[in-house]
Amino acid sequence: MKPLLQLENVNSFYGPVQVHFDLSLTVPENAIVCLLGGNASGKSTTMKTILGLQVPKSGKVTMEGRDITGLPTPEIVRAGIATVPEARRLFGDMTVRENLLMGAYARSDKPGIDEDYEKVLGLFPRLKQRLGQKAGTMSGGEQQMVAMARALMARPRLICMDEPTMGLSPLFVDRVLELIATVRQTGVSVFMVEQNASMALSIADYGYVLQTGRIVLEGPAGDLLADPRIRSAYLGDTAA
Amino acid sequence: MSDAILTATGITRRFGGITAVDGVDLHVAEGEFLSVIGPNGAGKTTLFNLISGQDRMDGGKVTLEGRDITNLSPHKMAEIGVARTFQHGRVFGNLTVMDNVLIGCHVRLKAARSRVPVIGPVLELGKALIQPRAVREEEEAMREEARAIIATFGERLAPRIDNPTYSLSYANRRRVEIARALALHPRILILDEPTAGMNESETAEMQEIIAGLKASGRTILLIEHKLNMVMQLSDRVMAMDDGKVISHGTPTEVRNDPKVIEAYLGHSSIGGARPAARDSAEPQEIITVGPAQGRIGRTGGAEA
Amino acid sequence: MESLSSLMAMPWLDYSISGLVIGSIYALMAVGLALIFGVANLINFAHGAVFTVGAYIGWTCLVGIGLPLGVTIVVVAAVSGAAGALIEWLAIRPLNRQSRIAPLLATIGVALVLDQIIHIVFSPTPRALSANIPDWRLQIGNGTIGAIDITIALTAILSAAALYAFLFRTKLGMAVRATAQDDDAAKQMGVNINAVNMTVFGIAGALGGIAGLLVGLYYNSIDPNASFQMMLKGMVAIVIGGMANVPGAIGGGLILGLIESWGIGLFGASYRNLFAFVVLLVMLLFRPNGIFSRGKERPAEPMTGTFVTQTKAVTLPKPLIWVLIGIAVILPMANMPYITQVMTNAYLYGLAALALTLVSGTVGLVSIGHAALVAIGAYASALLTTKGLPVSLGIVIGGAAAALLGTALAYPAFRLRGHYVAIGTLALGEIVSLVILNWEGVTNGALGVFAIPPLEIFGFPLYGTKASYWFVLALMLLMAGLQVRLLKSHLGRTWKAIREDTVAAETYGVASNYYKGLAFGFAGFTAGIAGAVTAHQWSFINYDSFNLLFSVLILTMAILGGLGNVSGAILGAILVAALPEMFRTLAEYRMLFYGAALIILIRFRPQGLLGSG
Repeated sequence: MKPLLQLENVNSFYGPVQVHFDLSLTVPENAIVCLLGGNASGKSTTMKTILGLQVPKSGKVTMEGRDITGLPTPEIVRAGIATVPEARRLFGDMTVRENLLMGAYARSDKPGIDEDYEKVLGLFPRLKQRLGQKAGTMSGGEQQMVAMARALMARPRLICMDEPTMGLSPLFVDRVLELIATVRQTGVSVFMVEQNASMALSIADYGYVLQTGRIVLEGPAGDLLADPRIRSAYLGDTAA
Repeated sequence: MSDAILTATGITRRFGGITAVDGVDLHVAEGEFLSVIGPNGAGKTTLFNLISGQDRMDGGKVTLEGRDITNLSPHKMAEIGVARTFQHGRVFGNLTVMDNVLIGCHVRLKAARSRVPVIGPVLELGKALIQPRAVREEEEAMREEARAIIATFGERLAPRIDNPTYSLSYANRRRVEIARALALHPRILILDEPTAGMNESETAEMQEIIAGLKASGRTILLIEHKLNMVMQLSDRVMAMDDGKVISHGTPTEVRNDPKVIEAYLGHSSIGGARPAARDSAEPQEIITVGPAQGRIGRTGGAEA
Repeated sequence: MESLSSLMAMPWLDYSISGLVIGSIYALMAVGLALIFGVANLINFAHGAVFTVGAYIGWTCLVGIGLPLGVTIVVVAAVSGAAGALIEWLAIRPLNRQSRIAPLLATIGVALVLDQIIHIVFSPTPRALSANIPDWRLQIGNGTIGAIDITIALTAILSAAALYAFLFRTKLGMAVRATAQDDDAAKQMGVNINAVNMTVFGIAGALGGIAGLLVGLYYNSIDPNASFQMMLKGMVAIVIGGMANVPGAIGGGLILGLIESWGIGLFGASYRNLFAFVVLLVMLLFRPNGIFSRGKERPAEPMTGTFVTQTKAVTLPKPLIWVLIGIAVILPMANMPYITQVMTNAYLYGLAALALTLVSGTVGLVSIGHAALVAIGAYASALLTTKGLPVSLGIVIGGAAAALLGTALAYPAFRLRGHYVAIGTLALGEIVSLVILNWEGVTNGALGVFAIPPLEIFGFPLYGTKASYWFVLALMLLMAGLQVRLLKSHLGRTWKAIREDTVAAETYGVASNYYKGLAFGFAGFTAGIAGAVTAHQWSFINYDSFNLLFSVLILTMAILGGLGNVSGAILGAILVAALPEMFRTLAEYRMLFYGAALIILIRFRPQGLLGSG
């Protein structure tokens, strides 16, 4: 599989604290890759680094072979990376329709946007009846749908999702997993940061486990699911 | 755990429609070490904020040594001996290490402060200007004690005692925070992720210091993500998820509770397929992946 | 019953109509401020200056060139919109990474510079403005409405409609709304935040400029000194409406207009501005989220560190300080009375700056109403000594009055944070000045206090410039010495801890309001003495002697020297107060000099010359 997004030896800092130590990972074309880890492992900073919200001290981020390290976020969005931020971050006072159009903000091909708008509503028919509703008044699950649809409106090659199942009821978690699978079927890769390992690995192709800024484990999702070391990466390696 | 020094019952805090802390009970006995664990957003810090007075609870009651301290203001909490550190470390950046620790002594100042009503403020200003002998002696005694507390951190803080804390490394700032908390002579010490952002060797060092505090008989409440440390230090562990207590008991009991594993990993069967495979060498290997030593020097280099 | 019927007989409908007309202009000002607060999280103090720019562009078009009103409105919107955008680009954007109070202070500097430029180009006297609007009035019930009222209301409504069309019908407008809600998320959608900020400053400028033109039309004259007052009206309106709330700002503007108009009907025109500030203070204290807000206020994260940057203060070596004091002592021997007088004046500013640097620097409450403390001291001493009290006693009582009254007045502001402290102190400053103006029985109102006895010590009058120079110098050095002593005591570290992180300080047992009160008490005493001595030096004071400009000036001095830094405050005072006097050309463009100094300082040396203490 051709690599789409690559992080090479990224070292990043949050103030004086080093968050990443020589972090390297690859998201291939048309794949679901998950980055797992417990609290404070550096997952969210990985997301910020890819989106250009945080610039690494050293190392490189490339998209389709092009160096995008330190580019302003709008440029990175134009390079084909869209995002479903942590806690969704919808524009709550704006309508569903406006939220979707904000997703296409970096684009200027009006016909293309119209086309994708119809396509996205086909993918999420439930949103069709809610176009005029304010996003902030929707349920958590519906908001997650809007967030995904909004990301697709950028016509991305890759969608980065930060804890897409956080705060959702178990019933809806399954629904979100289906949605992620649907997104992949449209030819878009998904890079997902998750704490919930079983959920993420059940749909991913490949997984990385991050612990205090280092990749301590990686492999095909199926192998990771059964690996006992993943438990120690989350819960510590020794019993008291 | 017969005589609880701190007891909290039914603590509840709602933000908008979300119940961040939902009817949590908690008690700590004199000299006991209780840790609270749980995934992100479980409500641990909110719970600590409620106990130490930073936030006001919607329901519930907290008592310290039998006295009702529910929703007291933070500075009153400090007066009665509740000291806490903060999740991301809140030292006073433009104050020196010494002055930071001296702020911890603030509630114990007797001569310098004045509690007389009405003319109290004038007296306190006047004494600060005139510096009578009692005030000078008290200040010197507090400084002496602050130096002693700082000295327990060995060569980490002592040489930087007159440096402003913004110039210290992150790990050193966390140390200053703990020194400041100790200066209050707390009845109960609340530590919110004292090793967040520290590397392995710094974590080990901090763990040793906290173990020392425990050995000296202090009552300690800890939130920590590094579960190895929690397992080794705690007398009891409480696990939270979604604002509720999901497990409670000895460290081993809690660590092996399927509900806890599920809260962290999503499903209790994850990685548990071969529980016998827990031979010691393998996990050890994972934790030390990467050339850690070289980088410790680099983070330490942030110190001016 | 008599009074009730006379109350009923007042022309309430007329008051209401004029209140709504003026209110619609306030609304235009407020909408711009609310938009800027929404996307940039900033209170734009330069908004009033843009208002004045609009008024003068309008005058140039209507009177100077003779363009029709419609064209004039378009030109005014374009030019003042460009001015707004330019302010964002030049003064705000470079401060991106600085503390949140920094751009606020920069906008104060911009306001001073723009105002001075208008004074230079158009002269500081008001001009007549008329647009040949017919002067017929329509009878409605027992009130009337005129063509001018309709013109103004219509222009305001059309401007608001244009704004709504932009916000809800264009892509950029959508980005503005998205940014105001969540700038991080907007950025992740590919929105260029800088472009959004500039657009918003441009729109706010255009609306503010139109407001300037409309006020000119309403009163038939334009006044180059109205900037700050108008900006404050807009600010009160957004506090009523809820800071970043655009429809709320419109509502707030109309409500303020009505309150003012009815209030003037009841109490008289000289109280006009007082209503606005009382409303402001009440809102800040009881409904800080505005009257249209729902639900509880979220617990605010403290603005830690305020403007004090993390740098080490320059400590002047002791011998150097003694040499400098020596030079200061023998300065009058050079027999240059003008210099001696200028320096005496500078030391008086130095006293006031000492007080401000304690409150704003050491404790971190950035105050834009410092003049109030000075004015209280000045009036207390002036009023008592003109009635026979010995001057030396009057000075001490002036200090005590400022300490007590100042602390009591500022106490409600202690629980405010960040921007709200700045707004609250500003309101206090204006209220004190307006009370002095209106409380005629005690303060002699607009006439001021004159024939204030000259300085004396225990019955020995200080004749001549030299004697008063030494007296003021000694007083300043004494207060500076006391302040240094306080900073070295437990109070110094306690105050700084409150400034650095109020929550952490409270957690360690520091009752922050009590210690803020102690700082205000001591600073009030110093500032009160400064005011009292100034009054005896000048022998005449009035309500305008210690105005907003005075407050800004003192703040500039404190920032220049390094906030919290005692020797820095004195150095700042000498540089800002004495330098322009010594170079005559500078004195003429004083405000330009102060404003530019403020902008440049904040941009390039926010820690001040000697560093923050």
